[in-house]
Amino acid sequence: MPPRAIRRRGRRSERRVPSVRERIVNTPSERSSGTPAPSGAAGGGRPAAVRLAGIRHRYGDTTAVDGIDLTIAEGASVALVGPDGVGKSTLLGLITGAKRIQAGTVEVLGADLATRRQRDLVQPRIAFMPQGLGRNLYPNLTVAENIAFFARLFGENADAKGARVAPLLAATGLTPFAGRLMRKLSGGMKQKLGLCCSLVHDPDLLVLDEPTTGVDPLSRRQFWDFVETIRADRPQLTLLVATSDMEEAARFGRVVMVDEGRILADDSPAALLERTGQPNLERAFISLLPEDRRGDGDGAERSAPIPDDAPIAIESRGLTRRFGDFVAVDHVSFKIRRGEIFGFLGSNGCGKSTTMKMLTGLLPASEGEALLFGVPVDPADIETRRRVGYMSQAFSLYGELTVRQNLELHARLFSLEEDAAARRIAKLTDDFDLTEHLDALSDGLPLGVRQRLSLAVAILHDPELLILDEPTSGVDPVARDGFWDHLQRLSREEGVTIFVSTHFMGEAERCDRISFMHAGRVIATGAPEELRQAQKAASLEEAFIAYMEMGGREAETDARLPPPAATSAHRSSFSWSRLGAYAWRETLELRRDPVRLAFALLGTAILMIIFGYGITLDVDKLRFAVLDRDQTAESRAYIDGFAHSTYFVAEAPLADPADLDRRLKANDIAFAIELPPDFGADLRSGRPTEVLVTIDGAMPFRAETIQGYVQQVHLQFLQQAAQEAGRSLTTAASLEMRYRYNQSFKSVDAMVPAVIALMLIFIPAILTALGVVTEKELGSITNLYVTPVTKLEFLLGKQAPYVAVAVFNFFVMVGLALFLFGVPLKGSFLGLFLGAVVYVLATTAIGLVSSTLTNTQVAALFGTAIGTMMPATQFSGLLQPVATLEGAAWAVGTFFPTTYFMRISVGAFTKGLGFMELVPFILVTAAFWPALLLIAHLILRKQET
Amino acid sequence: MAAPAPQRLSLGARLAARVNNVRHLLVKELISLWRDRALLILVLYAFTAAIYIQANGMKHDLHRATIGVVDEDNSALSHAILDAFLPPRFQPPVSLDPGRVDKEMDAARYTFVLNFPPDFQSDVLAGRSPSVQLLIDATALMQAGLGATDISGIFQQEVNRFVSRTGRDTPAPAELKIRVAFNQGLESSWFTGTMGLITNITMLSVLLAGAALIREREHGTLEHLLVLPVHPSEIMLAKIFANGTVILLGSTFSIVVVLKMVMGMQIAGSVPLFLVGTALYLFFTAALGIFLGTLSGSMPQFGLLFFLIVLPMNMLSGGFTPLESMPQWLQTAMQASPSTQFVAFAQAILYRGAGMDTVWPRFLATFAIGMLFFMVALVRFRKFLAAQQ
Repeated sequence: MPPRAIRRRGRRSERRVPSVRERIVNTPSERSSGTPAPSGAAGGGRPAAVRLAGIRHRYGDTTAVDGIDLTIAEGASVALVGPDGVGKSTLLGLITGAKRIQAGTVEVLGADLATRRQRDLVQPRIAFMPQGLGRNLYPNLTVAENIAFFARLFGENADAKGARVAPLLAATGLTPFAGRLMRKLSGGMKQKLGLCCSLVHDPDLLVLDEPTTGVDPLSRRQFWDFVETIRADRPQLTLLVATSDMEEAARFGRVVMVDEGRILADDSPAALLERTGQPNLERAFISLLPEDRRGDGDGAERSAPIPDDAPIAIESRGLTRRFGDFVAVDHVSFKIRRGEIFGFLGSNGCGKSTTMKMLTGLLPASEGEALLFGVPVDPADIETRRRVGYMSQAFSLYGELTVRQNLELHARLFSLEEDAAARRIAKLTDDFDLTEHLDALSDGLPLGVRQRLSLAVAILHDPELLILDEPTSGVDPVARDGFWDHLQRLSREEGVTIFVSTHFMGEAERCDRISFMHAGRVIATGAPEELRQAQKAASLEEAFIAYMEMGGREAETDARLPPPAATSAHRSSFSWSRLGAYAWRETLELRRDPVRLAFALLGTAILMIIFGYGITLDVDKLRFAVLDRDQTAESRAYIDGFAHSTYFVAEAPLADPADLDRRLKANDIAFAIELPPDFGADLRSGRPTEVLVTIDGAMPFRAETIQGYVQQVHLQFLQQAAQEAGRSLTTAASLEMRYRYNQSFKSVDAMVPAVIALMLIFIPAILTALGVVTEKELGSITNLYVTPVTKLEFLLGKQAPYVAVAVFNFFVMVGLALFLFGVPLKGSFLGLFLGAVVYVLATTAIGLVSSTLTNTQVAALFGTAIGTMMPATQFSGLLQPVATLEGAAWAVGTFFPTTYFMRISVGAFTKGLGFMELVPFILVTAAFWPALLLIAHLILRKQET
Repeated sequence: MAAPAPQRLSLGARLAARVNNVRHLLVKELISLWRDRALLILVLYAFTAAIYIQANGMKHDLHRATIGVVDEDNSALSHAILDAFLPPRFQPPVSLDPGRVDKEMDAARYTFVLNFPPDFQSDVLAGRSPSVQLLIDATALMQAGLGATDISGIFQQEVNRFVSRTGRDTPAPAELKIRVAFNQGLESSWFTGTMGLITNITMLSVLLAGAALIREREHGTLEHLLVLPVHPSEIMLAKIFANGTVILLGSTFSIVVVLKMVMGMQIAGSVPLFLVGTALYLFFTAALGIFLGTLSGSMPQFGLLFFLIVLPMNMLSGGFTPLESMPQWLQTAMQASPSTQFVAFAQAILYRGAGMDTVWPRFLATFAIGMLFFMVALVRFRKFLAAQQ
C-alpha cells in the first residue's frame, strides 16, 4: 500500500486508475479548446477578463490578502485553490465588487472597480455565487420564485426574462421541484439553483466560491456537468472558481494555488504536476508549502478485519422515522460488531443524521427498534448514555468556554472522580495535541483543532460506542487524516465501536464496512472493496453513484442551456422592476413565516385590545372603609355621600385604628374615613369639627386623584348640610370647569387614539427592521452588493410591503376603536387616513434606519423596540403633553413623528378636527419619511467593507 | 477497556448526582453569561441607570403644566391668582388672545385656559359671586384631572386670602384633614423607580432564560447535552438558577443602592422578604422564558412572542395603571399572572411594610404558577428538539 497521502475531499484516487469522473472532469478544458493553457500570466491574445494588481486586504490585524497580481484571460477557466482561510473568498469578493478595495487595482471586463460608475456598469455582466449552500438564495421562496427574483433584478422586462426560467429549470433537472421551497432542497439542488440564478442574466464572468463543499459526490458530479455544458455553449464566458478540493481543481485549464494571502503557484494542472514531480495536485500543493506546514504524511496500515463472531454493539431493526407525511428513515436495518468502524454514506438529507439521532435516543423512532449492546434504546435511560459518545455534524461544544472548561464540564457531568478526571484530561490533551490551546476559547480555534476537541470530549468517558455525524465536514485534509488515525486507533487498540457518516469516499475506504443510503433506505451494505467489485466499478465513488441510481436517484439529464436572450446594455438609475422584485420577495417571505405574519396582522389588534381596556387613567371603583365613632344621622349622611358615588365602593366598616392600619397595609382599601365622636352634634351646633381621611400614598398619582375626589364630596356634603339648615354657604367666587373634547373625561376616548399611534410605530418598525437584517444574517445581502439593484430600490422595495401591512392594521384598529371601544370619530376621516399613511411611511423608515445600524435580528428587534417605545410612550404627548417637557426629552418629542400623529389621531377622533385643521400636522409628519430614508441611504453600504 | 456498566444507584445517590449536575451546569451558565458582554452591559444598565432615568424622567404627578390666560379683568385679584401658579407644577401662565384659544388648544399647546370675566374683582368684592371659566383639554389624561383639582384649590385659596384681607370670611363648619399614609410626600419617583425595577426584572429574566435556550439550540449544544447523562430538568434548573441569581443580585443592588441610597426612598418593609418574593417570581419568569423558547423556531420568533406576551403581562400588572380601574374580567384574568401578584406584594412590602403574614398567599400563587410553567416547559423540551429536523 502506498504511503497515505494528504487527501482533499477524500478520494484516494492516486491508488487507482483514473475514475470516470476524472475523465469527465478533465473534459472542459479540452472541449473549450479556445482556452489557452496559460503559463503563469495572462494567456494568449485574448483580452483580459480580470486584472488584479497589488491587491492587499486586511481584517483588523489579520492580513487576508497580501499582495496578489493576477490576470485572467477572457473565456478562461481558472481554479483558485488552497486551504480554508487563505484569502480565496476575499479575492473573489473584490473581483465581483462585493468588497471594497483596500489597496491595489481591480479591473474586471475592462472596468475599474474602484469607481462606483464603472462598477454599476459592469456588475450586470458578473455573476457571483458566494460560499455556503444557497447562501444568496431565499429559503422561503420556491425554486421558480428564486429564479424569477433574480431575473427581475437584472431585467427591465420581467416577462421576457421570465420566459428563461423554464428552460433553465429544465437544464438543471429542477423542473419537478419548481414549486418546492428552497430550504427544503438538498445541498446539491441548492447549488444548482444558485447556478441557475446566476445564469439568468447571461453573465460574461461567472464566479463560484466553493460551490461543492458539503455536497454529496453524485450531486457534485451533476453540478460540474452542468457548468461544463454552460461553458460549451458560451465559450466567451470566463469561469473563476474557488475550491479547497484539489481533485476538482484538476479539471480547470489553469490552477492558481493560494496560501497565506499570496500566490504559491499558477499554471495548468499538468505543468504543476510536472514541475513538482508529484502524482496529483494535492501532493503538489503540499510540496510547495513551507516545510513546517506539510503535515507528517505517515501511513497507518489497515489492521486486521473484525472477527465475525465479535459481539454485536448496535443493531437496528426496521427503524423508521416519519415527520408528518415525510418518511425520513424507512425501515433501516443493520448490525454493527464491537470494534468495527461502520460508515454511512448517502446524498444530503437521505436520513443519515436522523438514524443516528434515533440511535442516541435524541429522537424517538416512529417504528422499529434500535438496540445498543442488546438493549433497546430508551431516551429516559441515563445510564446507557455513559457508554456512548456522540459528535454532531456542527461543532456543538460551548464556544464561550475554554478548551479546559469544556473538558472539565464533561468530566463532571459524567461523574468522573476529580483526580481521575485530571489524569484523563491530561492524557487526552496530550493525545490530541490540545495542550497549547487549553486556555483558549473554543470559538476562536481553527476548525481542525475544534474537531479534535470534539472527539476528545466524545471519548472522555471511555465510551464503548462512538456515533459520529459527518465529523470532518469542512475540515482541512491534513487535520482530517490525523482525525482518522485516532479513530482507527480507538477501534483497533481500544475496541471502541465507531459508527460514522461522511461524504468523503477516502474516509469510506478506511471503514470496515459501509452502507449506502438513499431516501431513507439502505441500498447496500458491505466492505468498501466488496461494494466496488459488486458494481464492477473502477472506484468506490463510481460504485456509490451506481448504487444511488439503483436506489432511485434521478439519472442525469442532458443539460442544454437555452440560447441567451438579447441582452440590453441599457441600465436605468432607478427601476420599478428591481424595486418590485424586492417588494414581492419580501411579501412572499412574510406570508410564509407564520409567526411573523401573525404578529404583522394580529399583533396590533391584540395589543390594542389589551391596552385599550387595560391602560386606563380613570381612577374609580376605589375601595374605602369608615371608622364611624359618631353613629348619628349626620355621620351616616356623610358616609352616604361617598357610598353613593360611582367612584367609590364601600367596604366593611373599620373596628378600630389598628384595623385601619392593617387593611390599608393589605391593600384592602385605598383610603379610610374617620369621623370623630360628636360629629353630628358639633355640626348641628356649629362647633368646629374635623374629619380625618387617610389615603394610601403608595401610588402617588392615584393618591392625588383620591385627594381631589374626597375634597369634592366633603364640600358637597357641607353645602347640602347648610342648605338643609336653611343657611346658604356662599363662596366669594367659583371656578367653572369645562372639560373640552371629552366631556365625560373618559380615559378610553383619549387612550384608544393614542394607542393607534403607538401601535403604528411599534409593530411596523420592528417588522421592517427584521426584513433587512434577515438578509444580512442569511447572507443574501450579497445580492445588494453584486447585482444592479440600487440602495434606494432596495430600501423602498423592503419598505413597501410593511407600509401595506401597516395601513391594513390602521383600518383594523380604526374598526376596533369605532365598534369595540365605541370611541366616536368626530373629525375628518380623510385627514386621519392621510396622516396614518405618511406616519407609517415614517415609522417603517425608522425600521430601515435601525436595520442598517444593526447586524443581527435580535439586535434589530430589541434595538427597534426600545428605540421606538421609549420616545413614543414618554415623549410624544401620551401621558405628558410635549409642551410640558424640557431639555432632551423635549427635543426627542419634537423630532419624533409620533408626536405629530398623536395629535392627528387624538385630534380627528376626540377633538373633532376637520381636514383643514389636520393638514399642518400631516405635512410635518410627511417630512419625516424622506429625512429618514436619506439617513438609511447614507448608512447602507453597497459594498462590504 | 470499555467501562463496566454502572450499577443502579440508590435514590439518595441519584439525587446527589442530579444536584451535582445542576451545579456543574450552573457554573457553565454563569461563565457563558460572563462572556456575553453585550448582555452583561444590558443587565448592568437595566439595574442602575435605567431605573434612575425612569424614576426621574416619567412623572406621574403634575409637572410643568401649561396654562393660557384670557384676562379680561386685569385686576389685582386676577394677577394674584395667576402669580400663584408656580413651578415645578406649572409653567408661568401665558396671556392669550381670545380668538386664538381654540387653535392653541387644538394643537395641544395649552392644557388649561383660564378666562377671567370683566369686573371679576369688583364682583367678588360686591359679593356677587362671579365665576371664572377654566377650559381643560380632557385628552391630556394624566394632567387634566390632577391639574383641574390643583388649579381649583389654588384659585379658592387665593380668592379666600383676598377676601379675608377685605374682612369677609366664613369658616367652614367641618374641616377636612387629609393624611397620606406610606409615602407622605407623594414622591412619584419612588413609585416609578420601583415599578421600573419590576418591569426590568420581568423583561430581563424572561429574555435571558429564553435566549439562553435558543442560543444553545442554534449552536447545537443542547442536543449535545442530551446525549450526556443529564436530564432535561437539570438543564432547565441550571438555567433558571443561573439567570435568577444574576437578576436577584442586580435587584438587590438596585434597591439598596439606587433606590435607597441615591434616591432616598423610604422602604417601609423588609428588603430580604421582598427578595424572597422576587426569587419565587424569577422562578416563574425563567420558566416562562424557557417555555416561550420552546415555542419559537428562532431568535426573532422568540422576540416577537416575547412582545406579544410579556409586554401586556407587564403593562396590565397594576404597576402602570391601577388594577381596580380595569374591566372586571380583565382584573380577574390578571390575577392569574404572577406579574400582578409580584406588583401587589412588592407594593405591600416596600411601601406599606407588610410582612409574611400578609403576603404569603401571593408568594404561594407565584410559586404555583411558576411550577406549572416549569412542568409544561419540561414536557415541551423534547418535542422542541425533535421539531428542529
